[in-house]
Amino acid sequence: MNSVRSRKARQMTKTNKQSNMNLRAVLAATAAATVLAGCATSGNPKDPIEGYNRAMFSFNETVDKAVIKPVAQGYNYVTPQPVQTGVSNFFGNLADIWTSVNNLLQGKPGDALSDAGRVLINSTVGILGLFDVATPMGLEKHEEDFGQTLGRWGVGDGAYVVLPILGPRTVRDTVGLAADIYTDPVRDADAHRGYRNTAIALRAIDTRADLLKAEDALEAAALDKYAYVRDAYLQHRRSAIYDGNPPRQADDAALPSLPADSLTSNEPVESTWNLLLVGQSDMLDVKALETPEPAEAAAPAAE
Amino acid sequence: MFKRCVQFLLIAFTASAFAQATAVKAPDVLVKDVTEEVLTTLRTDPAIKAGDANKTAELVETRVLPHFNFTRMTALALGKEWRATTPEQKKQLTDEFRTLLVRTYSNALTSYKSQTIDYKPFKMGAADTDVTVRTQINQPNGRPIPLDYALEKQDNGWKVYDVMVAGVSLVTNYRETFAAEIRAGGVDGLVKALRAKNSSTAPTPAPSAAAAK
Repeated sequence: MNSVRSRKARQMTKTNKQSNMNLRAVLAATAAATVLAGCATSGNPKDPIEGYNRAMFSFNETVDKAVIKPVAQGYNYVTPQPVQTGVSNFFGNLADIWTSVNNLLQGKPGDALSDAGRVLINSTVGILGLFDVATPMGLEKHEEDFGQTLGRWGVGDGAYVVLPILGPRTVRDTVGLAADIYTDPVRDADAHRGYRNTAIALRAIDTRADLLKAEDALEAAALDKYAYVRDAYLQHRRSAIYDGNPPRQADDAALPSLPADSLTSNEPVESTWNLLLVGQSDMLDVKALETPEPAEAAAPAAE
Repeated sequence: MFKRCVQFLLIAFTASAFAQATAVKAPDVLVKDVTEEVLTTLRTDPAIKAGDANKTAELVETRVLPHFNFTRMTALALGKEWRATTPEQKKQLTDEFRTLLVRTYSNALTSYKSQTIDYKPFKMGAADTDVTVRTQINQPNGRPIPLDYALEKQDNGWKVYDVMVAGVSLVTNYRETFAAEIRAGGVDGLVKALRAKNSSTAPTPAPSAAAAK
């Protein structure tokens, strides 16, 4: 009796192993196919692994639709507006610490000081950051992360990558994200682990809930949602690195009269795999970075 | 509060109508006037409040569109591909792209109608013909969203040729998608893709009211 059972058990482990191996083979084949598809379909130099990215994008969409979005909608429904604002403010206040450090790293001591002041004021007068009293006082909120700092230092975008769950990034921003996570004060909270994880989940849901409105506009706008999100992400990051005042790309200004050669020379493109690591550092106009004067740059040729 | 708003708008409107008759409206004033007018209508018009998408599109059509230069926008979205198109294709592309942008814009407006708008300080030289007017959407929850308009001066006033949301140009963001469509099916393929998109998002009863115009 006993031996029969053990034989059965052995058989079962065997089949398990087999199916595991099968699964692994399937996974490997899928991965290979994805990579090949990536090579085959990508016509875009900024997106050399488009095949993989598209697959991950639709995976993320599925997860979002099934789990994250419904939770965010539920959160939106049950949580009164002032509470949501408080939650956003609380995490925003914690984020300001890292923003301040990044502003310092980017050579903007004025902004860094202002961000540190925000944390000081909002943590005290704003009751642990639940109220953003610093903004009405004239200390504007900034959004900085380590990916932007790297960009400011001249590191190119690198290839576009869609990360599981976390969504669109570039290679540079993925490195930046690792630093952001490493220094995340919420992750670092030495309180009970349960609270920490709840806090991380709450922050994610709150962030997702903020995006619910933008989504409909996206659906209405996009011909190809994947490409629309990708290009918007890349443009948004470029703008963020220049603090909202990116130099206008060469071709834009030349368009109305459309002279013959004005459009061909924008953004020189190297062979794609270099982009994974270094990317187009020439996309960054170093001169524009050396004169960080947002308000003036806003209206070019104003004088 | 509300009464004062209406009063203010009435005064502003008369003043602006008067100003228009005499001189070209400054770009920042234009942006502000149009935005406020549209937002007021969105908040007060009963049909729009009830969710009538056609009515919203009509509002955009009559109040916003006259201030946009769609040919320039379409050229900008196509980039270098624009030069290789025939006049007929240019017209088709412009019509379809216009419909798409109207839908997108109307949709965004209805989502954000309860938000307030800040107008950033603006200055320009007397000889400038190309400027950016900066505004910001303040949401009750979440971060403010920068919303910038690029305008160029034309004989009949300033015309918007690009809208940037959080640094993302609603126009040039289409460039890669359009280029891919053209690579796959030529310019006519792109026209077809735009048509398909527009008919799929058409507000229910009258599909091509905007496209036919």
